[in-house]
Amino acid sequence: MIVRGHERVLVQGITGRQGSFWTARMQAYGTRVTGGVNPRKAGTEHCGVPVYESAQDAMDDAGFDVSVLFIPPLGVKDAAVDAVEAGAGKLVILTEHVPVQDVMYVLAAARANGTRVAGPNTAGHVTPGECFVGFMPAFDPDIFQPGEVGVITRSGSLGTLMCLNVVQAGFGQSALVGIGGDPVAGTSTRDALESLDGDERTRAVVMVGEIGGSMEEEAAEYAAAMEKPVFAFIAGRASPPGRKMGHAGAIVMGDRGTHASKRAALERAGVEVLDTPSDIGSALRARLVG
Amino acid sequence: MNLEEYAGKPLLAAGGIATPRSRVAESPDAAARAAEDLGPCIVKAQVPAGRRGKAGGIKAADDRHAARAAAAEILAMDIAGHPVERVLVEQRADIAREFYAAVLNDPESRAPLLMFSTAGGMDIEESARRFPERLRRIAVDIRGGPERGSLLSRCEGLDLDAQTKDAVADLLARLYAIYRGHDAELLEVNPLALLRDGSLAALDCKLVLDDSSIKRQPELAALGRPDPLSELELRGEGLGLKYVELDGEVGVLANGAGLTMATMDVIAHHGGRPANFLEIGGEAYTMARPALELVLANHRVRSLVVNFCGAFARTDVMTEGVIDAWLDLSPSIPVFFSIRGTGWREAVAMLRARLGIEPRATMDDAIRAAVEAARAPSAGSAA
Repeated sequence: MIVRGHERVLVQGITGRQGSFWTARMQAYGTRVTGGVNPRKAGTEHCGVPVYESAQDAMDDAGFDVSVLFIPPLGVKDAAVDAVEAGAGKLVILTEHVPVQDVMYVLAAARANGTRVAGPNTAGHVTPGECFVGFMPAFDPDIFQPGEVGVITRSGSLGTLMCLNVVQAGFGQSALVGIGGDPVAGTSTRDALESLDGDERTRAVVMVGEIGGSMEEEAAEYAAAMEKPVFAFIAGRASPPGRKMGHAGAIVMGDRGTHASKRAALERAGVEVLDTPSDIGSALRARLVG
Repeated sequence: MNLEEYAGKPLLAAGGIATPRSRVAESPDAAARAAEDLGPCIVKAQVPAGRRGKAGGIKAADDRHAARAAAAEILAMDIAGHPVERVLVEQRADIAREFYAAVLNDPESRAPLLMFSTAGGMDIEESARRFPERLRRIAVDIRGGPERGSLLSRCEGLDLDAQTKDAVADLLARLYAIYRGHDAELLEVNPLALLRDGSLAALDCKLVLDDSSIKRQPELAALGRPDPLSELELRGEGLGLKYVELDGEVGVLANGAGLTMATMDVIAHHGGRPANFLEIGGEAYTMARPALELVLANHRVRSLVVNFCGAFARTDVMTEGVIDAWLDLSPSIPVFFSIRGTGWREAVAMLRARLGIEPRATMDDAIRAAVEAARAPSAGSAA
């Protein structure tokens, strides 16, 4: 999923410290925030928009397309289901440490209602020059510029670095899609790759992945058939291997999940795998210029 | 958080899954007393690691003398880095066949996944590869839970009689309920024994709790056994920081797990070795000062990379913490900075004014310099 400037945004948890801080920045950047949710402050105004008791109330009154959640971990399930049932088209869940069974519950509800979900544990989405949802430094011109490179990231900090390198190399981004660092995520790397492949503004895609899980291997299957150039940096080559999820994890994962397996799968699919995030500049110049 | 067999089995029993009678013993004498009560038994090492059997941590004993000897031997072992502190003495079961059952959070289907195989026991991973037709994977709609009818129909084609199929479907439903009720990431029973009397019994139990759920499952967390940590790692945990001690020489302080991992990768790419992983992402970005103290407390560190690329984490806040700690500790190792993202202009100005240090243009420049400095015969001053 990609979030564009025409979409109306609801902020669940708008009155909290982080909710307030980032809502003001989103608004200053041009994001169309139409309302917020906090049941205890319903009926008041915050950041210049009405605060509602529920996402359903917000939908009935101001309306919204995307909801972004600044909600503590154990409150995410109820807040997200509220937004899904209110008819949200997209959810961006920023919260880290959401219980995985809660995440799966939210995703099942979202599937049944046709809602797309990014996250949890994502830093958000940016369309440079138009809007951002979440906590990305979209307003920093060294890091974000309108352009034609789509960036997919599991990590906020590393995604930010990759965007910085893209701009320093003289390019800009069509979109930054933060899919988040959790093992069970609403948008997979493959889902994001499909969105950017179908996006007219995007000419090339940079994937920022990590060891663990099999999202990069699955994305490689899709990348193999793409015409747009795809680049990848997979973090964790020098990290000690993570804990194993018993025999069950080994049966489900097979030999996927390591840096070597991700690199091999991506290279087989024609993806250029970078040794360091700094290599993206020369890689983009070689494929997009001239 | 891992629950060992002895802590997990009572949860199975409470959820209606039969387990053999057993007692926990922390000494050979206690094991002997347990065997006297239980009769022929199995003595099993209690460690949060697999392949206990292959490591010699599971022994059969026919009487209390044998149980005492087995326990003495097992309690002296160290299995996969875990010293054995207790054994489970369990009544020997009359086993006809060994099955395998598990339920886990499956990232690919984004749903709970029930698994059952008629080829359980040792080498389950190998037999799952060799006999895929004996393995069933059942994705569950978490909003409704598994339906008995569909569990039964998924047992079709397995080499089981009607009564056993019924018992398996019943067991899988119970296993799922226990997994849901305890916010597990994984609940695995291997072997799941079909006894000669036709009933099923769990002969082992592996339960992994979701660390994100501990707040609402406090009574379970108390049963878990945390991973063995080094002194510095424990100190990190006390601060609420995820710190992993590594055996390299280049200290790493970066924000966010992804950037930290990438920093370690680039250190290795330039021929160096990282001394630590340390995550100060998310809300922890205000913890830069204690984080730096932790990194420097590792005496193997010969140079330091500070690599900030702020999004949510404000680099000015982090840099201020680093500068404060640096001035207090006045370490004698060289430090190299790369600072970009939210708040970087303020951060760089502060660095120049208070430490007289110019950050490097790129992360690679800072890392290359730190790798070279760590290699130098004696560490110089801050550069």
